[in-house]
Amino acid sequence: MKHNPPNLIGTTPAGLFLLGILVLIAAPLGAQDAPAYADYEAFQASAGYGLFTTNNLWMMIAAALVFIMHLGFATLETGLTRSKNTVNILYKNTLIPCIGILTYAICGFNLMYPGVEGGWFAFAGFGVSVGDSVASLTDAYNPGYTYWTDFLFQAMFAATAATIVSGAVAERVKLGPFLVFATLFVAVCYPITGYWKWGNGWLNVMETPFYDFAGSTLVHSVGGWGALAGAILLGPRIGKYSADGKMNPILGHSMPLATIGVFLLWLGWFGFNGGSVLSADPSLVSLTLVTTCIAASAGAVGSMLASLVIVKKPDLSLTLNGVLAGLVGITAGADQMAVMSATIIGLVAGVLVVISVVFFDRIKIDDPVGAISVHLVCGIWGTLAVGLLGAKAGMSQLIAQVTGVAAIGIFTFLFAFILFFILKKTVGIRVSSEEEIGGLDIGEHGNEAYPDFHPSRN
Amino acid sequence: MKLITAIIKPFKLEEVKGALAEIGVEGMTVTEVKGFGRQKGHTEIYRGSEYTVDFLPKVKIEIAVQADLVTKVIDAIVRGARTGKIGDGKVFVTSLEETVRIRTDERGEAAL
Repeated sequence: MKHNPPNLIGTTPAGLFLLGILVLIAAPLGAQDAPAYADYEAFQASAGYGLFTTNNLWMMIAAALVFIMHLGFATLETGLTRSKNTVNILYKNTLIPCIGILTYAICGFNLMYPGVEGGWFAFAGFGVSVGDSVASLTDAYNPGYTYWTDFLFQAMFAATAATIVSGAVAERVKLGPFLVFATLFVAVCYPITGYWKWGNGWLNVMETPFYDFAGSTLVHSVGGWGALAGAILLGPRIGKYSADGKMNPILGHSMPLATIGVFLLWLGWFGFNGGSVLSADPSLVSLTLVTTCIAASAGAVGSMLASLVIVKKPDLSLTLNGVLAGLVGITAGADQMAVMSATIIGLVAGVLVVISVVFFDRIKIDDPVGAISVHLVCGIWGTLAVGLLGAKAGMSQLIAQVTGVAAIGIFTFLFAFILFFILKKTVGIRVSSEEEIGGLDIGEHGNEAYPDFHPSRN
Repeated sequence: MKLITAIIKPFKLEEVKGALAEIGVEGMTVTEVKGFGRQKGHTEIYRGSEYTVDFLPKVKIEIAVQADLVTKVIDAIVRGARTGKIGDGKVFVTSLEETVRIRTDERGEAAL
Protein backbone atom coordinates (compact mmCIF):
# COMPACT_ATOMS: atom_id res chain seq x y z
CA MET A 1 0.00 0.00 0.00
CA LYS A 2 2.00 2.95 -1.22
CA HIS A 3 0.94 6.12 0.35
CA ASN A 4 2.28 9.53 -0.40
CA PRO A 5 0.26 12.02 1.54
CA PRO A 6 0.49 15.72 0.85
CA ASN A 7 1.29 17.87 3.81
CA LEU A 8 -2.23 18.66 4.86
CA ILE A 9 -2.26 19.54 8.45
CA GLY A 10 1.18 21.01 8.71
CA THR A 11 4.15 19.27 10.20
CA THR A 12 4.17 19.63 13.93
CA PRO A 13 6.37 16.71 14.89
CA ALA A 14 6.25 15.79 18.52
CA GLY A 15 9.68 15.02 19.83
CA LEU A 16 9.18 12.23 22.29
CA PHE A 17 9.34 8.58 21.37
CA LEU A 18 8.24 5.93 23.86
CA LEU A 19 11.17 3.58 23.84
CA GLY A 20 13.88 6.02 23.05
CA ILE A 21 14.33 5.02 19.42
CA LEU A 22 14.07 8.60 18.37
CA VAL A 23 15.10 9.80 14.97
CA LEU A 24 13.27 12.75 13.62
CA ILE A 25 13.72 13.89 10.08
CA ALA A 26 11.53 16.83 9.29
CA ALA A 27 11.32 17.01 5.55
CA PRO A 28 7.81 18.05 4.60
CA LEU A 29 6.71 16.91 1.20
CA GLY A 30 6.36 19.70 -1.29
CA ALA A 31 3.29 20.16 -3.39
CA GLN A 32 2.97 17.38 -5.96
CA ASP A 33 2.15 17.86 -9.60
CA ALA A 34 -1.50 17.70 -8.72
CA PRO A 35 -4.38 19.18 -10.65
CA ALA A 36 -5.55 22.50 -9.27
CA TYR A 37 -9.11 23.72 -9.28
CA ALA A 38 -10.49 27.17 -8.58
CA ASP A 39 -13.13 25.67 -6.29
CA TYR A 40 -15.00 22.39 -5.68
CA GLU A 41 -17.59 23.19 -8.39
CA ALA A 42 -14.77 23.53 -10.92
CA PHE A 43 -13.60 20.04 -9.92
CA GLN A 44 -17.11 18.64 -10.35
CA ALA A 45 -17.21 20.07 -13.86
CA SER A 46 -13.77 18.67 -14.72
CA ALA A 47 -13.04 15.66 -16.94
CA GLY A 48 -11.54 13.67 -14.06
CA TYR A 49 -14.59 13.88 -11.79
CA GLY A 50 -16.20 10.66 -13.03
CA LEU A 51 -13.03 8.59 -12.66
CA PHE A 52 -12.35 10.02 -9.22
CA THR A 53 -15.89 9.21 -8.12
CA THR A 54 -15.45 5.60 -9.28
CA ASN A 55 -12.12 5.23 -7.52
CA ASN A 56 -13.42 6.75 -4.33
CA LEU A 57 -16.56 4.61 -4.40
CA TRP A 58 -14.49 1.41 -4.59
CA MET A 59 -12.33 2.60 -1.73
CA MET A 60 -15.39 3.24 0.44
CA ILE A 61 -16.78 -0.21 -0.40
CA ALA A 62 -13.38 -1.67 0.46
CA ALA A 63 -13.47 0.14 3.82
CA ALA A 64 -16.88 -1.42 4.50
CA LEU A 65 -15.54 -4.87 3.57
CA VAL A 66 -12.62 -4.48 5.99
CA PHE A 67 -15.14 -3.39 8.62
CA ILE A 68 -17.07 -6.67 8.29
CA MET A 69 -13.84 -8.56 9.05
CA HIS A 70 -14.37 -7.54 12.66
CA LEU A 71 -17.55 -9.62 12.71
CA GLY A 72 -15.50 -12.43 11.20
CA PHE A 73 -12.92 -12.19 13.99
CA ALA A 74 -15.73 -12.09 16.57
CA THR A 75 -17.48 -15.21 15.31
CA LEU A 76 -14.25 -17.14 14.69
CA GLU A 77 -12.96 -16.43 18.19
CA THR A 78 -16.35 -17.24 19.71
CA GLY A 79 -16.60 -20.54 17.87
CA LEU A 80 -13.14 -21.74 18.86
CA THR A 81 -13.63 -21.06 22.57
CA ARG A 82 -15.99 -22.35 25.27
CA SER A 83 -19.57 -21.14 25.63
CA LYS A 84 -18.93 -19.82 29.16
CA ASN A 85 -16.66 -17.08 27.73
CA THR A 86 -18.79 -16.00 24.78
CA VAL A 87 -20.11 -12.70 26.16
CA ASN A 88 -16.57 -11.69 27.10
CA ILE A 89 -15.22 -12.49 23.65
CA LEU A 90 -18.04 -10.68 21.87
CA TYR A 91 -17.55 -7.73 24.20
CA LYS A 92 -13.84 -7.45 23.38
CA ASN A 93 -14.54 -7.78 19.68
CA THR A 94 -17.20 -5.07 19.85
CA LEU A 95 -15.01 -2.61 21.73
CA ILE A 96 -11.82 -3.12 19.72
CA PRO A 97 -13.01 -1.68 16.38
CA CYS A 98 -14.64 1.18 18.29
CA ILE A 99 -11.42 1.92 20.15
CA GLY A 100 -9.49 1.56 16.90
CA ILE A 101 -11.65 4.04 14.99
CA LEU A 102 -11.68 6.60 17.82
CA THR A 103 -7.95 6.45 18.56
CA TYR A 104 -7.17 6.56 14.86
CA ALA A 105 -9.13 9.82 14.68
CA ILE A 106 -7.44 11.20 17.80
CA CYS A 107 -3.83 10.43 16.93
CA GLY A 108 -3.31 7.22 14.93
CA PHE A 109 -3.88 8.63 11.45
CA ASN A 110 -1.49 11.53 12.01
CA LEU A 111 1.14 9.28 13.58
CA MET A 112 0.98 6.90 10.62
CA TYR A 113 0.77 9.52 7.87
CA PRO A 114 2.55 12.58 9.29
CA GLY A 115 3.76 13.73 5.86
CA VAL A 116 7.42 13.42 6.85
CA GLU A 117 9.66 11.45 4.50
CA GLY A 118 12.09 8.81 5.66
CA GLY A 119 11.79 9.12 9.45
CA TRP A 120 11.27 6.78 12.40
CA PHE A 121 8.72 8.85 14.26
CA ALA A 122 6.69 11.93 13.44
CA PHE A 123 3.34 13.32 14.42
CA ALA A 124 1.16 15.75 12.51
CA GLY A 125 -1.06 16.76 15.42
CA PHE A 126 -4.25 15.53 17.07
CA GLY A 127 -7.56 15.05 15.29
CA VAL A 128 -8.68 14.71 11.69
CA SER A 129 -10.27 17.55 9.77
CA VAL A 130 -10.52 19.02 6.32
CA GLY A 131 -9.63 22.62 5.75
CA ASP A 132 -9.55 23.27 2.02
CA SER A 133 -12.06 21.06 0.20
CA VAL A 134 -10.18 21.20 -3.10
CA ALA A 135 -6.92 20.10 -1.47
CA SER A 136 -8.55 17.31 0.57
CA LEU A 137 -11.61 16.07 -1.26
CA THR A 138 -10.60 16.02 -4.92
CA ASP A 139 -7.98 14.21 -6.97
CA ALA A 140 -5.60 16.95 -5.92
CA TYR A 141 -5.37 15.00 -2.62
CA ASN A 142 -4.94 11.59 -4.22
CA PRO A 143 -6.15 10.16 -7.55
CA GLY A 144 -7.95 7.33 -5.70
CA TYR A 145 -9.79 8.78 -2.74
CA THR A 146 -10.69 11.76 -0.59
CA TYR A 147 -9.14 12.58 2.76
CA TRP A 148 -12.19 11.16 4.54
CA THR A 149 -12.07 7.88 2.60
CA ASP A 150 -8.34 7.67 3.30
CA PHE A 151 -8.93 8.08 7.02
CA LEU A 152 -11.79 5.57 7.19
CA PHE A 153 -10.03 2.87 5.14
CA GLN A 154 -6.88 3.16 7.26
CA ALA A 155 -8.89 3.27 10.51
CA MET A 156 -10.56 -0.05 9.64
CA PHE A 157 -7.10 -1.58 9.23
CA ALA A 158 -5.79 -0.23 12.51
CA ALA A 159 -8.21 -2.08 14.76
CA THR A 160 -7.44 -5.39 13.04
CA ALA A 161 -4.04 -5.60 14.72
CA ALA A 162 -5.56 -5.46 18.22
CA THR A 163 -8.32 -7.91 17.32
CA ILE A 164 -5.67 -10.49 16.44
CA VAL A 165 -4.27 -10.23 19.98
CA SER A 166 -7.74 -10.82 21.42
CA GLY A 167 -7.91 -14.38 20.08
CA ALA A 168 -4.61 -15.48 21.59
CA VAL A 169 -5.38 -14.19 25.09
CA ALA A 170 -9.00 -15.38 25.10
CA GLU A 171 -10.66 -17.18 28.02
CA ARG A 172 -8.31 -15.85 30.72
CA VAL A 173 -7.41 -12.19 30.19
CA LYS A 174 -8.94 -9.49 32.41
CA LEU A 175 -11.18 -7.22 30.38
CA GLY A 176 -10.02 -3.84 31.72
CA PRO A 177 -6.26 -4.32 31.33
CA PHE A 178 -6.83 -5.88 27.91
CA LEU A 179 -8.76 -2.83 26.72
CA VAL A 180 -5.96 -0.59 28.04
CA PHE A 181 -3.49 -2.69 26.08
CA ALA A 182 -5.64 -2.60 22.93
CA THR A 183 -6.02 1.17 23.14
CA LEU A 184 -2.28 1.88 23.40
CA PHE A 185 -1.47 -0.82 20.84
CA VAL A 186 -3.70 0.69 18.12
CA ALA A 187 -3.18 4.31 19.13
CA VAL A 188 0.62 4.27 19.33
CA CYS A 189 2.37 1.02 18.41
CA TYR A 190 0.60 0.15 15.15
CA PRO A 191 0.77 3.66 13.61
CA ILE A 192 4.49 4.05 14.36
CA THR A 193 5.57 0.93 12.48
CA GLY A 194 2.89 1.64 9.87
CA TYR A 195 4.54 5.01 9.27
CA TRP A 196 7.90 3.34 8.62
CA LYS A 197 6.47 1.86 5.43
CA TRP A 198 3.05 3.15 4.37
CA GLY A 199 3.58 6.64 5.78
CA ASN A 200 6.76 6.93 3.67
CA GLY A 201 9.09 6.48 6.65
CA TRP A 202 12.55 4.93 6.66
CA LEU A 203 11.59 1.46 5.42
CA ASN A 204 10.02 3.04 2.34
CA VAL A 205 13.06 5.11 1.35
CA MET A 206 15.76 2.43 1.64
CA GLU A 207 17.73 1.83 -1.56
CA THR A 208 15.54 -1.21 -2.17
CA PRO A 209 12.40 -0.30 -0.25
CA PHE A 210 10.72 -2.82 2.00
CA TYR A 211 7.52 -4.02 0.33
CA ASP A 212 4.30 -4.87 2.10
CA PHE A 213 1.33 -4.38 -0.19
CA ALA A 214 -1.58 -4.73 2.24
CA GLY A 215 0.00 -5.64 5.54
CA SER A 216 1.30 -9.20 6.02
CA THR A 217 3.79 -7.54 8.33
CA LEU A 218 2.36 -4.10 9.05
CA VAL A 219 -1.01 -5.44 10.17
CA HIS A 220 -0.91 -9.22 10.64
CA SER A 221 2.56 -9.80 12.07
CA VAL A 222 2.14 -6.72 14.25
CA GLY A 223 -1.01 -8.29 15.70
CA GLY A 224 0.78 -11.64 15.90
CA TRP A 225 3.72 -10.21 17.89
CA GLY A 226 1.24 -8.65 20.31
CA ALA A 227 -0.55 -12.00 20.55
CA LEU A 228 2.73 -13.82 21.28
CA ALA A 229 3.68 -11.37 24.03
CA GLY A 230 0.23 -11.67 25.62
CA ALA A 231 0.11 -15.48 25.44
CA ILE A 232 3.59 -15.80 26.98
CA LEU A 233 2.86 -13.46 29.88
CA LEU A 234 -0.59 -14.91 30.58
CA GLY A 235 0.35 -18.57 30.52
CA PRO A 236 -1.91 -21.40 29.35
CA ARG A 237 -5.57 -21.75 30.31
CA ILE A 238 -6.38 -23.91 33.33
CA GLY A 239 -6.76 -27.51 32.18
CA LYS A 240 -4.81 -27.18 28.95
CA TYR A 241 -1.84 -29.01 30.45
CA SER A 242 -1.99 -31.67 33.18
CA ALA A 243 0.47 -31.59 36.07
CA ASP A 244 2.55 -34.23 34.27
CA GLY A 245 2.83 -31.95 31.23
CA LYS A 246 0.30 -33.84 29.11
CA MET A 247 -1.65 -31.65 26.71
CA ASN A 248 -5.44 -31.70 26.83
CA PRO A 249 -7.21 -29.95 24.00
CA ILE A 250 -9.88 -27.45 25.07
CA LEU A 251 -12.65 -27.73 22.51
CA GLY A 252 -14.28 -24.75 20.87
CA HIS A 253 -18.03 -24.70 21.33
CA SER A 254 -19.27 -23.92 17.82
CA MET A 255 -17.64 -25.04 14.60
CA PRO A 256 -20.47 -23.42 12.58
CA LEU A 257 -19.66 -20.02 14.12
CA ALA A 258 -15.96 -20.51 13.45
CA THR A 259 -16.72 -21.38 9.82
CA ILE A 260 -18.95 -18.33 9.39
CA GLY A 261 -16.14 -16.22 10.83
CA VAL A 262 -13.61 -17.51 8.32
CA PHE A 263 -15.92 -16.90 5.36
CA LEU A 264 -16.63 -13.36 6.62
CA LEU A 265 -12.89 -12.74 6.92
CA TRP A 266 -12.33 -14.04 3.40
CA LEU A 267 -15.10 -11.74 2.12
CA GLY A 268 -13.53 -8.84 4.00
CA TRP A 269 -10.18 -9.62 2.41
CA PHE A 270 -11.61 -8.58 -0.98
CA GLY A 271 -11.56 -5.08 0.51
CA PHE A 272 -8.41 -5.53 2.58
CA ASN A 273 -6.29 -6.45 -0.44
CA GLY A 274 -8.49 -5.07 -3.21
CA GLY A 275 -8.70 -1.70 -1.48
CA SER A 276 -4.96 -1.63 -0.90
CA VAL A 277 -4.57 -0.90 -4.62
CA LEU A 278 -5.77 2.52 -3.41
CA SER A 279 -7.85 3.07 -6.52
CA ALA A 280 -10.29 1.13 -8.68
CA ASP A 281 -7.53 0.43 -11.22
CA PRO A 282 -9.14 -2.40 -13.22
CA SER A 283 -6.02 -4.45 -13.94
CA LEU A 284 -4.49 -4.27 -10.46
CA VAL A 285 -7.69 -4.72 -8.47
CA SER A 286 -8.78 -7.73 -10.50
CA LEU A 287 -5.31 -9.32 -10.31
CA THR A 288 -5.23 -8.72 -6.57
CA LEU A 289 -8.61 -10.35 -6.00
CA VAL A 290 -7.55 -13.37 -8.05
CA THR A 291 -4.26 -13.87 -6.20
CA THR A 292 -6.09 -13.37 -2.90
CA CYS A 293 -8.67 -16.06 -3.63
CA ILE A 294 -6.10 -18.44 -5.12
CA ALA A 295 -3.90 -18.19 -2.04
CA ALA A 296 -6.85 -18.69 0.32
CA SER A 297 -7.89 -21.81 -1.57
CA ALA A 298 -4.35 -23.15 -1.71
CA GLY A 299 -4.02 -22.44 2.02
CA ALA A 300 -7.03 -24.63 2.72
CA VAL A 301 -5.62 -27.45 0.57
CA GLY A 302 -2.14 -27.10 2.14
CA SER A 303 -3.53 -27.33 5.65
CA MET A 304 -5.79 -30.24 4.73
CA LEU A 305 -2.80 -32.19 3.40
CA ALA A 306 -0.63 -31.28 6.40
CA SER A 307 -3.45 -32.23 8.75
CA LEU A 308 -3.89 -35.60 6.99
CA VAL A 309 -0.18 -36.35 7.28
CA ILE A 310 0.33 -35.14 10.86
CA VAL A 311 -2.93 -36.11 12.60
CA LYS A 312 -4.34 -38.58 10.03
CA LYS A 313 -7.64 -36.71 9.82
CA PRO A 314 -8.79 -33.58 7.97
CA ASP A 315 -9.24 -31.27 10.96
CA LEU A 316 -11.85 -28.56 10.30
CA SER A 317 -10.50 -25.84 12.56
CA LEU A 318 -6.98 -26.32 11.18
CA THR A 319 -8.31 -26.10 7.62
CA LEU A 320 -10.19 -22.91 8.57
CA ASN A 321 -6.87 -21.61 9.89
CA GLY A 322 -5.38 -22.69 6.55
CA VAL A 323 -7.72 -20.41 4.60
CA LEU A 324 -6.64 -17.49 6.78
CA ALA A 325 -3.00 -18.54 6.53
CA GLY A 326 -3.19 -18.34 2.73
CA LEU A 327 -4.88 -14.93 2.95
CA VAL A 328 -2.31 -13.55 5.39
CA GLY A 329 0.48 -15.01 3.26
CA ILE A 330 -0.60 -13.39 -0.01
CA THR A 331 -1.30 -10.00 1.58
CA ALA A 332 2.28 -8.68 1.33
CA GLY A 333 2.55 -9.36 -2.40
CA ALA A 334 -0.99 -9.72 -3.69
CA ASP A 335 -0.34 -7.25 -6.55
CA GLN A 336 3.07 -8.73 -7.44
CA MET A 337 2.26 -12.41 -7.91
CA ALA A 338 1.18 -14.53 -10.83
CA VAL A 339 -1.34 -17.28 -10.22
CA MET A 340 1.32 -19.98 -9.77
CA SER A 341 3.26 -17.90 -7.22
CA ALA A 342 0.05 -17.17 -5.31
CA THR A 343 -0.71 -20.90 -5.25
CA ILE A 344 2.74 -21.71 -3.83
CA ILE A 345 2.45 -18.96 -1.21
CA GLY A 346 -0.96 -20.29 -0.12
CA LEU A 347 0.11 -23.95 -0.04
CA VAL A 348 3.20 -23.22 2.02
CA ALA A 349 1.18 -21.02 4.38
CA GLY A 350 -1.41 -23.78 4.84
CA VAL A 351 1.27 -26.33 5.75
CA LEU A 352 3.12 -23.84 7.97
CA VAL A 353 0.04 -23.01 9.98
CA VAL A 354 -0.61 -26.64 10.93
CA ILE A 355 3.01 -27.26 11.94
CA SER A 356 2.99 -23.99 13.84
CA VAL A 357 -0.21 -24.77 15.80
CA VAL A 358 1.25 -28.12 16.87
CA PHE A 359 4.58 -26.46 17.71
CA PHE A 360 3.13 -23.72 19.93
CA ASP A 361 1.01 -26.33 21.73
CA ARG A 362 4.17 -28.37 22.40
CA ILE A 363 6.11 -25.43 23.86
CA LYS A 364 3.09 -24.60 26.06
CA ILE A 365 2.17 -21.28 24.50
CA ASP A 366 -1.62 -21.53 24.63
CA ASP A 367 -3.32 -19.77 21.72
CA PRO A 368 -7.00 -20.86 21.60
CA VAL A 369 -7.64 -19.71 18.01
CA GLY A 370 -4.20 -20.10 16.41
CA ALA A 371 -3.72 -16.32 16.03
CA ILE A 372 0.05 -16.51 16.43
CA SER A 373 0.35 -19.26 13.82
CA VAL A 374 -1.95 -17.58 11.31
CA HIS A 375 -0.97 -13.95 11.64
CA LEU A 376 2.61 -13.96 12.89
CA VAL A 377 4.09 -17.05 11.26
CA CYS A 378 2.26 -16.71 7.93
CA GLY A 379 2.66 -12.91 7.99
CA ILE A 380 6.42 -13.37 8.13
CA TRP A 381 6.26 -16.04 5.41
CA GLY A 382 4.18 -13.85 3.10
CA THR A 383 6.48 -10.87 3.58
CA LEU A 384 9.60 -12.91 2.83
CA ALA A 385 7.83 -14.48 -0.16
CA VAL A 386 7.87 -11.08 -1.91
CA GLY A 387 11.65 -11.48 -2.09
CA LEU A 388 11.41 -15.08 -3.32
CA LEU A 389 8.51 -15.10 -5.80
CA GLY A 390 6.76 -12.71 -8.15
CA ALA A 391 7.72 -9.47 -9.86
CA LYS A 392 10.02 -8.18 -7.11
CA ALA A 393 11.91 -11.41 -6.34
CA GLY A 394 15.64 -10.98 -5.81
CA MET A 395 18.36 -10.89 -3.20
CA SER A 396 18.22 -7.15 -2.51
CA GLN A 397 14.43 -7.34 -2.12
CA LEU A 398 14.76 -10.34 0.18
CA ILE A 399 17.22 -8.41 2.36
CA ALA A 400 14.79 -5.48 2.45
CA GLN A 401 12.00 -7.86 3.48
CA VAL A 402 14.10 -9.38 6.26
CA THR A 403 14.99 -5.87 7.44
CA GLY A 404 11.35 -4.86 7.62
CA VAL A 405 10.21 -8.06 9.34
CA ALA A 406 13.01 -7.81 11.92
CA ALA A 407 12.69 -4.08 12.64
CA ILE A 408 8.91 -4.13 12.98
CA GLY A 409 9.04 -7.42 14.88
CA ILE A 410 11.55 -6.21 17.45
CA PHE A 411 9.77 -2.91 18.03
CA THR A 412 6.28 -4.39 18.24
CA PHE A 413 7.20 -7.37 20.41
CA LEU A 414 9.08 -5.14 22.87
CA PHE A 415 6.25 -2.61 22.95
CA ALA A 416 3.61 -5.29 23.54
CA PHE A 417 5.69 -7.29 26.02
CA ILE A 418 6.62 -4.25 28.12
CA LEU A 419 3.05 -2.94 28.08
CA PHE A 420 1.56 -6.33 29.08
CA PHE A 421 4.34 -6.71 31.67
CA ILE A 422 3.60 -3.34 33.29
CA LEU A 423 -0.11 -4.19 33.38
CA LYS A 424 0.67 -7.62 34.85
CA LYS A 425 2.82 -6.15 37.64
CA THR A 426 0.37 -3.36 38.48
CA VAL A 427 -3.26 -4.36 37.97
CA GLY A 428 -2.79 -7.95 36.83
CA ILE A 429 -3.80 -9.30 33.43
CA ARG A 430 -5.32 -12.64 34.37
CA VAL A 431 -8.65 -13.35 36.04
CA SER A 432 -8.75 -15.45 39.23
CA SER A 433 -8.81 -19.23 38.78
CA GLU A 434 -12.36 -19.31 40.25
CA GLU A 435 -13.50 -16.85 37.61
CA GLU A 436 -11.67 -18.68 34.83
CA ILE A 437 -13.31 -21.99 35.80
CA GLY A 438 -16.76 -20.41 36.18
CA GLY A 439 -16.39 -18.48 32.94
CA LEU A 440 -15.57 -14.86 32.17
CA ASP A 441 -19.16 -14.17 31.11
CA ILE A 442 -20.39 -14.25 34.69
CA GLY A 443 -17.10 -13.08 36.23
CA GLU A 444 -16.43 -10.04 34.04
CA HIS A 445 -19.90 -9.14 32.81
CA GLY A 446 -22.55 -10.83 34.97
CA ASN A 447 -24.09 -12.00 31.70
CA GLU A 448 -24.66 -15.30 29.96
CA ALA A 449 -24.50 -15.78 26.21
CA TYR A 450 -26.91 -18.73 26.22
CA PRO A 451 -29.14 -18.28 29.29
CA ASP A 452 -31.73 -20.89 28.30
CA PHE A 453 -29.59 -23.13 26.14
CA HIS A 454 -26.43 -24.80 27.30
CA PRO A 455 -24.58 -26.90 24.74
CA SER A 456 -22.25 -28.07 27.51
CA ARG A 457 -20.94 -26.99 30.85
CA ASN A 458 -17.31 -27.95 31.00
CA MET B 1 -43.38 -55.40 41.31
CA LYS B 2 -40.06 -54.94 39.56
CA LEU B 3 -38.15 -51.91 38.31
CA ILE B 4 -36.40 -52.55 35.01
CA THR B 5 -33.57 -50.17 34.18
CA ALA B 6 -32.03 -50.41 30.72
CA ILE B 7 -29.03 -48.52 29.37
CA ILE B 8 -29.15 -48.48 25.56
CA LYS B 9 -27.67 -46.72 22.54
CA PRO B 10 -29.54 -43.45 21.99
CA PHE B 11 -30.47 -44.17 18.37
CA LYS B 12 -32.16 -47.44 19.46
CA LEU B 13 -34.71 -45.70 21.68
CA GLU B 14 -37.49 -45.63 19.08
CA GLU B 15 -37.16 -49.36 18.34
CA VAL B 16 -37.17 -50.23 22.04
CA LYS B 17 -40.20 -48.04 22.63
CA GLY B 18 -42.00 -49.78 19.73
CA ALA B 19 -41.15 -53.26 21.02
CA LEU B 20 -42.37 -52.35 24.52
CA ALA B 21 -45.59 -50.86 23.17
CA GLU B 22 -46.27 -54.11 21.28
CA ILE B 23 -46.28 -56.12 24.50
CA GLY B 24 -48.52 -53.58 26.23
CA VAL B 25 -46.11 -51.57 28.37
CA GLU B 26 -47.97 -48.36 29.13
CA GLY B 27 -45.31 -46.06 30.53
CA MET B 28 -41.62 -45.44 30.87
CA THR B 29 -39.17 -42.79 31.95
CA VAL B 30 -36.27 -41.90 29.65
CA THR B 31 -33.11 -40.02 30.67
CA GLU B 32 -30.11 -38.94 28.59
CA VAL B 33 -27.04 -40.21 30.40
CA LYS B 34 -23.33 -40.74 29.81
CA GLY B 35 -21.17 -43.67 30.76
CA PHE B 36 -18.90 -46.47 29.71
CA GLY B 37 -18.59 -50.19 30.12
CA ARG B 38 -16.30 -52.58 28.29
CA GLN B 39 -16.71 -50.41 25.22
CA LYS B 40 -14.62 -47.72 26.99
CA GLY B 41 -14.52 -44.37 25.21
CA HIS B 42 -13.08 -43.44 21.88
CA THR B 43 -10.44 -40.98 20.69
CA GLU B 44 -11.20 -37.71 18.94
CA ILE B 45 -8.93 -35.07 17.44
CA TYR B 46 -9.04 -31.31 17.95
CA ARG B 47 -6.51 -28.95 16.35
CA GLY B 48 -3.90 -31.62 15.86
CA SER B 49 -4.04 -33.37 19.22
CA GLU B 50 -5.84 -36.53 20.20
CA TYR B 51 -7.94 -36.88 23.31
CA THR B 52 -10.09 -39.64 24.79
CA VAL B 53 -13.81 -39.29 25.28
CA ASP B 54 -14.42 -41.58 28.25
CA PHE B 55 -18.13 -41.10 28.75
CA LEU B 56 -20.30 -41.85 25.74
CA PRO B 57 -23.89 -40.68 25.44
CA LYS B 58 -26.49 -43.34 26.31
CA VAL B 59 -30.19 -43.42 27.08
CA LYS B 60 -31.51 -44.84 30.34
CA ILE B 61 -35.05 -46.32 30.33
CA GLU B 62 -36.89 -47.05 33.57
CA ILE B 63 -40.04 -49.18 33.59
CA ALA B 64 -42.01 -50.39 36.61
CA VAL B 65 -43.98 -53.61 35.89
CA GLN B 66 -45.74 -56.53 37.53
CA ALA B 67 -43.28 -59.30 38.38
CA ASP B 68 -44.79 -61.76 35.87
CA LEU B 69 -44.13 -59.37 32.96
CA VAL B 70 -40.39 -59.06 33.59
CA THR B 71 -39.21 -61.67 31.08
CA LYS B 72 -41.37 -60.31 28.27
CA VAL B 73 -40.15 -56.75 28.95
CA ILE B 74 -36.51 -57.80 29.01
CA ASP B 75 -36.94 -59.71 25.75
CA ALA B 76 -38.57 -56.68 24.13
CA ILE B 77 -35.74 -54.38 25.22
CA VAL B 78 -33.06 -56.80 23.99
CA ARG B 79 -34.90 -57.23 20.69
CA GLY B 80 -35.17 -53.49 20.16
CA ALA B 81 -31.74 -52.43 21.37
CA ARG B 82 -29.41 -55.08 20.02
CA THR B 83 -26.99 -54.27 17.19
CA GLY B 84 -24.56 -57.08 18.02
CA LYS B 85 -21.71 -54.58 18.36
CA ILE B 86 -19.94 -53.58 21.54
CA GLY B 87 -21.71 -50.85 23.50
CA ASP B 88 -25.30 -52.12 23.14
CA GLY B 89 -25.89 -51.62 26.87
CA LYS B 90 -27.33 -53.53 29.81
CA VAL B 91 -30.65 -54.31 31.55
CA PHE B 92 -30.93 -54.31 35.34
CA VAL B 93 -33.87 -55.68 37.31
CA THR B 94 -34.55 -54.64 40.91
CA SER B 95 -37.39 -55.32 43.33
CA LEU B 96 -39.85 -52.51 43.76
CA GLU B 97 -41.30 -52.07 47.25
CA GLU B 98 -44.06 -49.64 46.60
CA THR B 99 -45.73 -47.64 43.81
CA VAL B 100 -48.06 -44.67 44.27
CA ARG B 101 -50.19 -42.98 41.63
CA ILE B 102 -50.06 -39.39 42.82
CA ARG B 103 -53.35 -38.27 41.20
CA THR B 104 -55.55 -40.90 42.89
CA ASP B 105 -53.30 -42.03 45.76
CA GLU B 106 -53.70 -45.67 44.55
CA ARG B 107 -51.00 -47.99 45.96
CA GLY B 108 -49.22 -51.15 44.82
CA GLU B 109 -49.96 -52.95 41.52
CA ALA B 110 -53.09 -50.85 41.01
CA ALA B 111 -50.81 -47.84 40.58
CA LEU B 112 -48.70 -49.40 37.83
